[in-house]
Order: sequence, then structure tokens, then C-alpha cells
Amino acid sequence: MEATALQTVWFAIWALLWTVYFSLDGFVLGSGLMSGILARNDTERRQVINAVGPVWDGNEVWLLTAGGSTFAAFPLAYSLLFSNLYTAFFLLLVALIFRGVSFEFRGKVDNPGWKRLWDRVIVVSSFLPALLFGVAFGNIFEGLKMRNDFSTDVFTFQGGFLGLLNPYALLAGLLFLVLFAVHGSLYLSVKTDGELSKRAASVAGALWWVLLGLAAAFLAATWFATGLASNYRTAPALFVLPALAVAALVSQKLFLSRGAPGRAFAASLATVATLVASCLAGLFPYLLPSSLDKASGLSIMNSSSSPYTLTIMTVVACLFVPVIVAYKIWVYRTFRAPVTVAEVGEGRHPY
Amino acid sequence: MDALALSRLQFAVTIMFHFIFVPLTLGLSMLVAWMETRYVRTGDASWLKATKFWGKLFLINFALGVVTGITMEFQFGMNWAEYSRYVGDVFGAPLAIEATMAFFLESVFLGVWIFGWNKLSKRVHALVIWLAAVATNLSALWIILANGWMQHPVGYHLANRRAEMTDFGALVTNPAGLLAFGHQIAAGFAVAGFFILGISSWHLLRSREPAFFARSFRLGAVVALVASILVAVIGDSQGVEVAKTQPSKFAAMESLWESGERVSMNLFQWPDADNDRNHFEAGRIPGLVSILAFHDPDARVTGLRDMAENERPPVWPTFLSFRLMVGIGMLMILVSALALWFSRGKTDPAKARWLLSLLVWALPLPYLAIQLGWVVAEIGRQPWIVYGVLKTSEAVSRNVSAGQVWFSLGGFILVYGVLGAVDIWLLFKYARKGPDDDLSKIVNVTGRS
Repeated sequence: MEATALQTVWFAIWALLWTVYFSLDGFVLGSGLMSGILARNDTERRQVINAVGPVWDGNEVWLLTAGGSTFAAFPLAYSLLFSNLYTAFFLLLVALIFRGVSFEFRGKVDNPGWKRLWDRVIVVSSFLPALLFGVAFGNIFEGLKMRNDFSTDVFTFQGGFLGLLNPYALLAGLLFLVLFAVHGSLYLSVKTDGELSKRAASVAGALWWVLLGLAAAFLAATWFATGLASNYRTAPALFVLPALAVAALVSQKLFLSRGAPGRAFAASLATVATLVASCLAGLFPYLLPSSLDKASGLSIMNSSSSPYTLTIMTVVACLFVPVIVAYKIWVYRTFRAPVTVAEVGEGRHPY
Repeated sequence: MDALALSRLQFAVTIMFHFIFVPLTLGLSMLVAWMETRYVRTGDASWLKATKFWGKLFLINFALGVVTGITMEFQFGMNWAEYSRYVGDVFGAPLAIEATMAFFLESVFLGVWIFGWNKLSKRVHALVIWLAAVATNLSALWIILANGWMQHPVGYHLANRRAEMTDFGALVTNPAGLLAFGHQIAAGFAVAGFFILGISSWHLLRSREPAFFARSFRLGAVVALVASILVAVIGDSQGVEVAKTQPSKFAAMESLWESGERVSMNLFQWPDADNDRNHFEAGRIPGLVSILAFHDPDARVTGLRDMAENERPPVWPTFLSFRLMVGIGMLMILVSALALWFSRGKTDPAKARWLLSLLVWALPLPYLAIQLGWVVAEIGRQPWIVYGVLKTSEAVSRNVSAGQVWFSLGGFILVYGVLGAVDIWLLFKYARKGPDDDLSKIVNVTGRS
């Protein structure tokens, strides 16, 4: 069965939504999990919260859009992805719930114990999603232990939650964790001032070496342990994506060593985006492969919505995504100034 | 309990919890936007004070509403995989459109509103809260259109062993969805009205900031009364819609067993589902059920006995929730009318202490009515998850074990319990604290205009 143009377009949109989500929430999750190490006092912690405050919720909506469009465009993939990875998604939800409320709750009671509590919640609830997303996507790249019969609608899953924690997936989890940690540190070095900004830049520089090692291990493991390489063999032009990822990763370090954290952060955005795009390009046309047999994999051919629904959703995406991008750019421009120690001291920020 | 029963319980727990916080967001966002507009138009700093005070409560409430919404989207796939597979072609679209068209707008601009006091001109800042408020209500539109399709499926056909959309226009003009949306938005304003009335009354009873809270009181009274009346008027049209499209739900709402013409309503009755009758019936009003069902006293209404037993909803929860909802709705009209009467002209509401105490205790009424209303809508639709198309028992995930759902259900109850308690405690704390006089610390009062 050949993929239709609409199905292919929706794979591209689906891949784009995940790519944008990881690029944007990646630095919010990274800022949160690194705040435990980087922010040393109340002022610095408030700098972190006020630096991500205006944008975190808008960034998280890319996740809901990625989820919602999986539901609308590839309902079978949506249903089996979320039900087969049930416990992982439950833990992810709990973490995202805690992260969201902790920003709002922390400043609402003037008590050091209360603030310390929510500071810890921010660290843990940012750490867990970073790790879990990596583990989940690691499992997607490897394929799930599922046998699916599409003519009789019998779908069986032979894996379990503990089975998800296999070496390759854990490697992917670690990679996401460190990738976002560097990404968040660079964001904080740009968006704050004083000691915090300097510390964030130097920690990002040190962590970069860990990231380099993990990225190399991940790319090698992905080549040998997953089916993602086959698209690269048939279409070598795809190599441009991982090549860009490597170039972006290297330029992070170069920009950092030249004392240009803004450019280093831009390079980090490019690293996350091209790395995710490299993997998803290898996944095509699958959304959720099976590790047991190829025919059980969920592809854009056997999982998609009807042409009518895909057409409606294409119109919606074409109408609204450019508008979203436009106002989000306006927001990032409005809040481009760093959150300074002086401003936080004067109480000129809401949290 | 098996995975099906647990998944149903988990959905009930998570949606009812989510919906403690959402209705206030719908109404109060608009009212805060209106307050800020008054401030921009008149330059009167007391409107700014009102914007900041009610806005802070709005945000504390919003924090939990927004994060518990993610659970709802994920849960369709996690617990209801067969449902998602079978109807995703139709049902997924409004959810995805909600995220792209409304949720982005709401989340992005609310962030701008919170952090933009010193960065935007007064006008743009007020525009930003309007965008967020409209987006919040637009978000409800798409979610309720999705739910409307479960109540009264339209614009689809069964093909490729699933439901496929054939007419998007029918989905967005589905009366089941649009009426429920109107009912819900009005109810959201009623919650906001009673919320403002209750908190203002609490302060007026203690003579704190009487001028500030008397003004809020009057705003709350107008909104609460108009909204409560609208809820009832739209609800009446919904009754006709339900009688037409979901006869089993309508019969359960009235605990009507016998089909007939000119069906009377019993003010007092109690269903006896085991024997297909009511335990007792008293206070007959001739023809009223026919009127409610079809706006015609002679209309024929089908009773539960003429419906297959395995296609009837649980009768007593549907019946009781409906009766309680209607009763509370009437009480809301009465109480808000009293509040408006006492706040008019020279009459000082602060002198009617009994009324102020009553209004403090009336604050939860619309919350309760909304929960009961959704119990009627959802339990009354059973055993169907999509009325007449797919049963709830066939919709559950087959690859998820009871143990997994026990774990997540326990987790949700624990997490939601703790966070709900903290959030409501914070709402009380900041509601009692009253408005902040020192606006210079939190906002650049002069602004750039």
C-alpha cells in the first residue's frame, strides 16, 4: 500500500509539531531541572521562574497540539501509543501537572519552607518529563513489542512498563535529559544577568562534553539497534539532517567559548530541532513500529484518518499555525530583555 | 473492579475535578477583561484595583484548570483506546482544532497578561486579556462540540470498521453541541457572578473596603441574575433537543416509565428501577412533562418500559441529578434577584446582613449545579459512549490491565486531592486578604498609553 500525499503531509506536520515542542519546552524543562544546581538563592530562583514564566504554558500547548493532531490524523496510532505506554504517560502527566502549578504556587506564600518545597517540585517535575520523553521516543524508535492485525482489529502488546526501561531507551532518556539541561542552561544564561547568567553559561559549557559523548553514543546505537537507518540507506540526502545536528552541536561550544551565549542558545535550538527531525525522518512512514514483526507496525498508511478528515485538518493547520507562529514571535520579542537581579529585587516581576 | 469500571471511575474523577476550576475561568476571564477595560477607558484606579484583585483569584483558579486539562486529552488514548480508534476520525478533529485555534491563544496571551504589566501599553494589555478570555470560551466551544457529537452523532458514516466524518459543517452546527455550549457559558458567568457576590458579601459583612466591594457586589448581582436566567432558558431548549435525540436520557431524567400522551410531572417521586415503576408519585402537574419534552401539552413521550433494558441509563442518578440541578438553578435566580434588588439605588446591601450571609453560603451553588448537569448529560447517555453508535463497555482499552488503572486512579486521587486542597486554600487566603492598595509595587500604574 502506497502512502497518499495527504498522509505524507500529515506525517510532516506531525513530525514538525513534535520537533517544535521539544525545541521550545526543552529549554523550559531544562531551566527547571537545572534551577536546582544553578540558582543559589531566592532572587536567582525567581529569576529562573520569571525567565520561563511568560512562555512555559504557550510552549506546553505544542504538546497538546502534537497529541491532538495524532488523535485527529492518526487515531489508531494515538490509541495504541497512549494505551500501550499507559504507565509512562501517567507519570508524565503527573510531572507536567506539578510543574505547571509549582510556578503559580511558589510565590503565593511568604514562607521559606513553602518556597523550598516548590523549588524541589520544579526540579523533579522538570527532570521526569525530560527523561520520560527520551525513554518513550527511544522505545518508539526501537519499536514496541506489539502484534497487530489490521484486518480483524486485534492489537496485542507484549511489553510492560519495566520493559520500556531497556538500555537503548535509557540512553535516549539520558540524551534528552542532558540535551535539555544544556538547552535550559543556555536559555538562562541569555535571559538572566549577574552570577546566575555566568554560572549557567559555564555549567552549559561543562555539560556540553557529556552531551557530546551521549549524542555520539545515541547516533551509533540508533544506527545499529533500530530500523531508522534504512531510510538513510535508500535516501542518502537525509544525511543532511544529522550533519546539521552535529554542526549545530559543535557551534554551541564555539559560540560559548567566544562568550556569545545568545548564539549558543540559537545553536542549541537548532541542535534539538535537527536531532529530533533526524530521528523522525528515519521513522517515516512509521509512527509506531513493532519490534516483533514489520507488518504489525503502525504506519501512516494503516493508521490514518479518512481523506476528508485529513483535508479539513490540513486547512485548519494552514490557517492557524502561521498565526500562532506570528504571535509567538511577537511574545518572544516583547519579553526579550533578561530578568535582572535589580528588577527582581524591586518586585517588578510577578513571581 | 475490572479495568472498565476503574477507567470509568477515573474518567469521572478527573473530569469532575477539572470542571471544578474551568467554569469560573470561563466567566471570570471575561469579567476581569471588562474591569480592565473600564480602567483603561475611565482611568479610575479603583477599576485597576478590581482587575488585580479578581485577576489574582482568576489566576490561582486557572493554574489547576489548565494543568488538569492535559489529563483529559491523554486519557482518551490511555484508557479508551477502542473509542479513540473507532471515532478518532470524527472526534479527534475538534480536539486538535481546540488546541490550534483556542488553547494556544489562551495560554500564550495569559502569560503575556501576567508578565506584561510593565511592558505593554494600557490598551494593548487590556486587549491581551480579552484575547485570552475569548480564547478560553472558544476552547469550551470545541470541547463541547466534541461532546455534542457523543450525545447526538451527526455528519458521519460507518466505513472501514469505524466512524468517519462526512460533514464537518454538521458537526459544528450540531444543536446538541451548540445548546450545551450556550448553557455552559451562561453557567460559567453564573459561577463568576456568585463567586464575586459571595466574596464581596464576606467583606461587606466585616465592613472591609465597603466602597470597593459594594461596586463588585453590584456587578456580581447583575451577572449572576442574567446568567442564571439564561442558563434556564437555554436549558429548556436543551430539554426539547434531548427528548428528540436521546429519548432514553429524557425518560430517565423524568423517571418516566410509561409512554403516553399528555404526560404529567410528579413533583415528588422516586424511581424503582427493579420493577420498572416509581416507588411513589405525588404532586401531579398535568401535561408538564409533555410540555418540557416538546413544548406541547398533548405531545407523546416515550417511557423507559418501551426501551430495551440494555439500552436504558441508570435511572436514579440521572433523575436525582436533574431534579437537584433544576432546583438549584431556580434557587440561583431567586437569590441573585434578591441581591440585585438590595444593591439598587440607595439601598445599602451592607444593611441586609442576612442576605450577605446567605450569599456567602450560596457561592458553591452554581458549582454544584454544573457538576450535576454534566452527571445528567454523561450518565444519562449510558450505556452509550456515542449515543446509538458505540457502547462504553466496548470503548475501553484492551491492552491496559486493572492493576495499571488502579495505580493511576490512586495516583490521580492523591495528586488531585493534595493540589486541589492547596489551590482552594490559596483561593481562600487571597479572597480574604482583599485588594492590594499598593499598586505601584505590582504595576506601573501610569502605564504608557
